[in-house]
Amino acid sequence: MTVQTSRADVIARLTQSGQRGVLRFLTCGSVDDGKSTLIGRLLFDSKLLFEDQINVLEKDSRKHGTAGDEIDFALLLDGLEAEREQGITIDVAYRFFATEKRKFVVADTPGHEQYTRNMATGASTADVAVMMIDARKGVLVQTLRHTYIARMMGIRHIVLAVNKMDLVDHARGRFHEIVADYLKSADDLGFETITPIPMSARYGDNVTHRSESMSWHQGPTLLEHLEALDIDSDVQNEPFRMPVQWVNRPNLNFRGYSGTVVSGTVQPGDAIAVAQSGLTATVARIVTADGDLDKAVAGEAVTLVLDREIDISRGDVIAAAEARPEVTDQFAAEVLWMSGDDLLPGRSYLLKIGTATTPATVSSLKYRVDINTYEKKPSRKLEMNGIGQCNLSTARPIAFDPYHKIRDMGAFILIDRFTNQTVGAGMIEFGLRRASNIHHHAMDVSKSDRAQIKGQKPAILWFTGLSGAGKSTVANIVERKLAAAGHHTYSLDGDNVRHGLNRDLGFTDEDRVENIRRIGEVGKLFVDAGLLVTCSFISPFRSERRMVRELVEGDEFVEVFIDTPLEVCMQRDPKGLYKKAQAGEIKNFTGFDSPYEAPENPEIRVDTSQISAEEAADQVIAKLREMGRLG
Amino acid sequence: MSDITATVRAYADRFKSAKTRERPLSAHLKALEAESIHIMREVAAEFANPVMLYSIGKDSAVMLHLALKAFYPSRLPFPLQHVDTTFKFREMITYRDALAEALGLEMRVEINQEAVDRGVNPWDSGSQLHTQLLKTEALRAAMNRYKYDAAFGGARRDEEKSRAKERIFSFRDGNHGWDPKNQRPELWRNYNTKIRQGESIRVFPLSNWTELDIWQYILEDDIPIVPLYYAAERPVVERDGQTIMVDDERLPLKAGEKPELKMVRFRTLGCYPLTGAILSNATTLEEIVLEMLTARTSERSGRLIDHDEAGSMEKKKREGYF
Ligand SMILES: Nc1nc2c(ncn2[C@@H]2O[C@H](COP(=O)(O)OP(=O)(O)O)[C@@H](O)[C@H]2O)c(=O)[nH]1
Repeated sequence: MTVQTSRADVIARLTQSGQRGVLRFLTCGSVDDGKSTLIGRLLFDSKLLFEDQINVLEKDSRKHGTAGDEIDFALLLDGLEAEREQGITIDVAYRFFATEKRKFVVADTPGHEQYTRNMATGASTADVAVMMIDARKGVLVQTLRHTYIARMMGIRHIVLAVNKMDLVDHARGRFHEIVADYLKSADDLGFETITPIPMSARYGDNVTHRSESMSWHQGPTLLEHLEALDIDSDVQNEPFRMPVQWVNRPNLNFRGYSGTVVSGTVQPGDAIAVAQSGLTATVARIVTADGDLDKAVAGEAVTLVLDREIDISRGDVIAAAEARPEVTDQFAAEVLWMSGDDLLPGRSYLLKIGTATTPATVSSLKYRVDINTYEKKPSRKLEMNGIGQCNLSTARPIAFDPYHKIRDMGAFILIDRFTNQTVGAGMIEFGLRRASNIHHHAMDVSKSDRAQIKGQKPAILWFTGLSGAGKSTVANIVERKLAAAGHHTYSLDGDNVRHGLNRDLGFTDEDRVENIRRIGEVGKLFVDAGLLVTCSFISPFRSERRMVRELVEGDEFVEVFIDTPLEVCMQRDPKGLYKKAQAGEIKNFTGFDSPYEAPENPEIRVDTSQISAEEAADQVIAKLREMGRLG
Repeated sequence: MSDITATVRAYADRFKSAKTRERPLSAHLKALEAESIHIMREVAAEFANPVMLYSIGKDSAVMLHLALKAFYPSRLPFPLQHVDTTFKFREMITYRDALAEALGLEMRVEINQEAVDRGVNPWDSGSQLHTQLLKTEALRAAMNRYKYDAAFGGARRDEEKSRAKERIFSFRDGNHGWDPKNQRPELWRNYNTKIRQGESIRVFPLSNWTELDIWQYILEDDIPIVPLYYAAERPVVERDGQTIMVDDERLPLKAGEKPELKMVRFRTLGCYPLTGAILSNATTLEEIVLEMLTARTSERSGRLIDHDEAGSMEKKKREGYF
């Protein structure tokens, strides 16, 4: 006998839980607070586990378990072999379960102190944070730290899960004490809801079923609360924004702009503007593979066709014409650092916001936040897991809205330009100046006027290499020869810079970066004045040399790599510095106990152990002539 | 087989001119669909030489469907790559070729011919070596030959424990290896796509889908899948607790084994000697989904390669298999 099942019936049954969409939450807490057990419980009780998974779980519980003969729910979650052996979770894992009322995605983030970045990652896509507290231990420093991160990432709802209530005799007084303690620090952080629930994850008490031992608790169980919580966001009511991902051009008759609507709504007939260029048009069609739409709302992936051809490419933001995002190249943001190499103000990174990517630097670090005490502390760098208030400047203007208004328009990542690692995450707070004002006051005498008078094309000749390689010697001869031929020059080197402009800087990594940044800026002014500027600095880091290169126009930076082998430099040792380094009297000496990153594609490379300084200088000048810099 | 051809042709027609849906997609599927489309467009825009790894299974069917939607009305801006172990179900290959033809897809097929010539097969070589040579090595060869810098895969986080921690953009070194300690944090929907020459990224646009979501989407969006997913009478033998289909004469029968016709279907598709069938009467999508809802065995247990040892998937990933 077969039961007739219509497609509509099956879909109706399936969609029951999908109708309210998906609730995404993350669990935070210290090691052993019971996060994994809690999630394991939710998966187990929502009947999401299959028999074979339960068999494996029982087997694993006997082998690795920490719950005696009982099932150790935590084992469901630890994914990677190595961490399973260490008994700690060290990354972010995503789990899925559904009840009849709702679908859920759980981000499981580790409680280990040094993993702030994992929690921020989990929090970046979560609606709710479940803060786990061990009822015996109460509110810990970690609890405050996790609460700060939740607030910083824009989470609006907190569940205070006071766990292991069975170990404190289900005492109501203890529960209230912990709640009061927590609210002291969290109450004025601006969360929309904070819901405390006493529970025993191991037994499921107040997780999925009401607890008889805690009948004094009037509020909902965790699951009831998560099923009922209203998470509708206000982003639908913000003005329309769509960062353009991809220009859709199948043939000459169709030109569309594909992207995801990140805020507001859009309809055919709406007036739009391209944020960066200010060009305007009207929406003609909203194209999808399921037919044209009358309206698209935040979260939908669509393709817009406009009524006229205007110049739009990936990285542009299409926005409501009457309410446009700000466009700037300088802004203030909260930055979370996620790399083992410190964040150094002045160093150049890639910044990706929406679909736009541009070089950027942290121009100043205003302060670091101690997230254990919420205190602001002065600092010159950010270490791994550090959070700081920064001003950033970008090479090209970006379109943005403040993070707290439209998440996707204010969220950016920073990428290391050498390793390509994601090293930072930032939330924009406000712009520091509008890009429209940055067109500098037009001067009557321009850079090209000044250069023309001197009959040359200005440039920075950047001499890099180890100490003793011969940078200053060669640079000096180059300048002498240029001057003798009637060119206008200037030279910058350690001596005339360290004693004045950079007197306040030492030799730490941050100071070295700042040293080079200032020299680059001064070099740029001299280039603007029309001069050929020789700069001789060890400048060991690629990223700083690239930073200077990007300060000036395309061919105005000429990198001269004085590629003399280390042994030769050590033998020459004109200032006796290598000897001191060997004796341990100088620390962080480049080439000795501090790295030198050789240029990959210098315009000029010379090795002074093979040719004389005079010959080297001639090679440099010949190259300049070839490049057309000498008029 | 003309059935297959007719089905995929009708399917292809849907992408010639879009029609408005009769019934709106469920809210959560709509969100999942939009997320996947967003991911695919990021890859198409940021990589020079992307590819979609296509395995012919239901997850691949959904992944391809999403891509057709993401770039509509344009054609797919990348080719498909299939790794053919030569032990796939015959019907899978028929389906693959019909689909590629109907949709005008560029379908690249990689076979480790040397291993095939040497007679590598699942029963003599063992499932591990078979998979290593005919699948992992062949995939690696294809990656090297075409110098792909990004490859879409249909893996989901709900499939297996170690996948729950997998990134959507999963970074691979020059040898296609995966280092769990060296993955990039992934925030918001802001994906870091920067790589150096020779390195590549595996992209999993279905990361946040569950098996049930996949079936529900196939149902609601009418996506054609290989008929092996539907129950039919097929010749099978019982072996090591698994029901194995005798898809061709290559499968050596052990003493006492006699193929019997049984009503079976497959929850997952791969090499036929390594893929267990389940007894089922579900001949329609609706019935499959209903069976799913009451299922008590998880998807991967139908796949013999995962039983070898705990954590085996993680090891395979490190070696360049998904
Ligand atoms: N290119 C390629 N990818 C494969 C192959 N087999 C599996 N994969 C990948 O492995 C994963 C398994 O999914 P799939 O086999 O489609 O799911 P199922 O058949 O429905 O179980 C997906 O990420 C595929 O992209 C293969 O033969 N070729």
